[in-house]
Amino acid sequence: MKKTLFDKVWDAHVVDSIPNGPQILYIDKHLIHEVTSPQAFDELKKRKIPVFRPQQIIATADHNTPTIDQHLPIKDELSRNQLQQLQENCKAHGIELYALGHEYNGIVHVMAPELGITQPGLTMVCGDSHTSTHGAFGAIAFGIGTSQVAQVFASQSLLLTKPKKMRITVNGSLQKNVLPKDVILYIISKLGTDSGTEHFIEFAGEVFENMSMEGRMTVCNMSIEMGARGGMIAPDETTFAYVKNRKFAPKGTEFNLKVAYWKTLYTDEGAKFDKEYSFDATDITPMITYGTNPGMGMQLSDQIPKFGDSNLDKSLQYMNFKKGSSLIGQPINYVFIGSCTNSRIEDFRVVARYVQGKQKASNVTAWLVPGSQLVVKQIKEEGLDIIFKNAGFQLRQPGCSACLAMNDDKIPNGEYCISTSNRNFEGRQGQGSRTLLASPLVAAAVAVAGKIVDVSVPILEEV
Amino acid sequence: MSTFNTFTSTAYPLPVENIDTDQIIPARFLKATDRAGFGDNLFKDWRYHKDGSRNENFVLNQSQYSGSILVAGHNFGCGSSREHAAWALKDFGFNVIVSSFFADIFKGNALNNHVLPIQVTPAFLEMLLQSIQQDPSTKIEINLEKQTITIENKHKATFEIDPYKKMCLQKGYDDIDFLVSNLAKIEAFEQQHN
Repeated sequence: MKKTLFDKVWDAHVVDSIPNGPQILYIDKHLIHEVTSPQAFDELKKRKIPVFRPQQIIATADHNTPTIDQHLPIKDELSRNQLQQLQENCKAHGIELYALGHEYNGIVHVMAPELGITQPGLTMVCGDSHTSTHGAFGAIAFGIGTSQVAQVFASQSLLLTKPKKMRITVNGSLQKNVLPKDVILYIISKLGTDSGTEHFIEFAGEVFENMSMEGRMTVCNMSIEMGARGGMIAPDETTFAYVKNRKFAPKGTEFNLKVAYWKTLYTDEGAKFDKEYSFDATDITPMITYGTNPGMGMQLSDQIPKFGDSNLDKSLQYMNFKKGSSLIGQPINYVFIGSCTNSRIEDFRVVARYVQGKQKASNVTAWLVPGSQLVVKQIKEEGLDIIFKNAGFQLRQPGCSACLAMNDDKIPNGEYCISTSNRNFEGRQGQGSRTLLASPLVAAAVAVAGKIVDVSVPILEEV
Repeated sequence: MSTFNTFTSTAYPLPVENIDTDQIIPARFLKATDRAGFGDNLFKDWRYHKDGSRNENFVLNQSQYSGSILVAGHNFGCGSSREHAAWALKDFGFNVIVSSFFADIFKGNALNNHVLPIQVTPAFLEMLLQSIQQDPSTKIEINLEKQTITIENKHKATFEIDPYKKMCLQKGYDDIDFLVSNLAKIEAFEQQHN
């Protein structure tokens, strides 16, 4: 039978099938963090059952951590308590933890790929919807709730109904200044935030084949913003080269054996999908969102739709934008460059290349938050921190930061923020904050201009 | 866990589409380490103004409405996987959420907390919302065994639910019990995995 990439990985992990019911799916790697794990540990304690496979769990502290003065005690008592609990739980159950300040600490979806924990053909879960990021490697990776975190603790498995399959193909070459973030914002704007529900997406075609691993992670990261359980891309030489020599990657002969297996992970010619879409790369331009869900995006130089239902009205009222208006020239006081979508070295290289020799606009507060300690290290090794400093930008310490504003990095009430993160929901970046999602390049250009500028014109030709 | 079968209740209408879990429970309330008390902060930024006063225009603050059923617009529960959203709804007193479409992770989280997500057609949803808005004392009957939802003994619709999940709700089982009872199979699988 012809199989899709998704079928091949899923079927290799089915422990058992319940007649007319779900399947028991084996989970290879379980990532945890401080916010969605404490109640799961409590559940095990309550039932007096042990963690079944602690060596297959990796923990980090990211959602609730400060991005300055990480060496000092955390001021917020609840945040401090949550981190303390994570530490105690990991110690009690023998789980590896990259706590605040550890050389491998970082956002869970940045840390795991860069350490080689993420590999093709694995099943991976985390109590975080952006776990879809790891699908960039040809892994089945998806976000779960805390009850499921407890289930994986107890059995290294989950009870699941196999999702449907969708393929999105983008062929052709991307225009200059169009980044992976623009590709996924474009797709979501065309298909909508509910289009992927009940499906696992495979991204296929020349655009993804030619994309770096970091770009592929940005794309798969936002699969959930279409409602999909996850997104994945068939592993190829780019994938193998990325994984090779990373800390937890297989080494030597074992690596070669793995690569031989990974090469079998592709969708067979003629395999069937429940839904298929295709787009032309040349239609994609730099994007921005204007509303309160990630599907409300448009070309940067475009106008907000003139017509729409009460949901559009509600969104625009929150954003204080008018139907039919352009966003070019809109003053912006906050810029956030970070999150599990865009906080990797390539993102900071793009920003550095743009801001080099320029100055941040005086009205702009810009937060540059790398995804992990290893990204910070690389930024410094490449001297990008000097470029940022000279251009008036401050580099902060790693964490989820203003993407969800659980820590002190909150956008003030009523302010607009150009953000490289993944969600523009009401109040997502702080009560009353107004988020516009964009690529790191657009964010950098806005930080320098202090207002939204059209980057489809030569202003960015130099990047 | 409590069991679930047939019950009748009034409902709250919330005809907003794409209600994300950040609205259901904003991230700043996710710092707790237990499951209790999230109901106080359910829909916090819609229920209260920024100065802390109640928003009297929001449905949960309108005294004519009551009950343990929430009727909401298309694509309910999208966004973050936070199970705190399901805990907040349950803690507030909701046992059933009715919508024309649910986001996947929320649907699973709700079921794992024995909150029943009932997906109906857009037309039935519209009729349900109108019935409640016209008469907040409208009684809605949920029958899990027959998989039906009925408005005032008049308009009936059926809904789908995974048979295994239905059994869990009816008997008060959960997935951990089931998975732990299968550890021998899981260990055998591990032997041949890789």
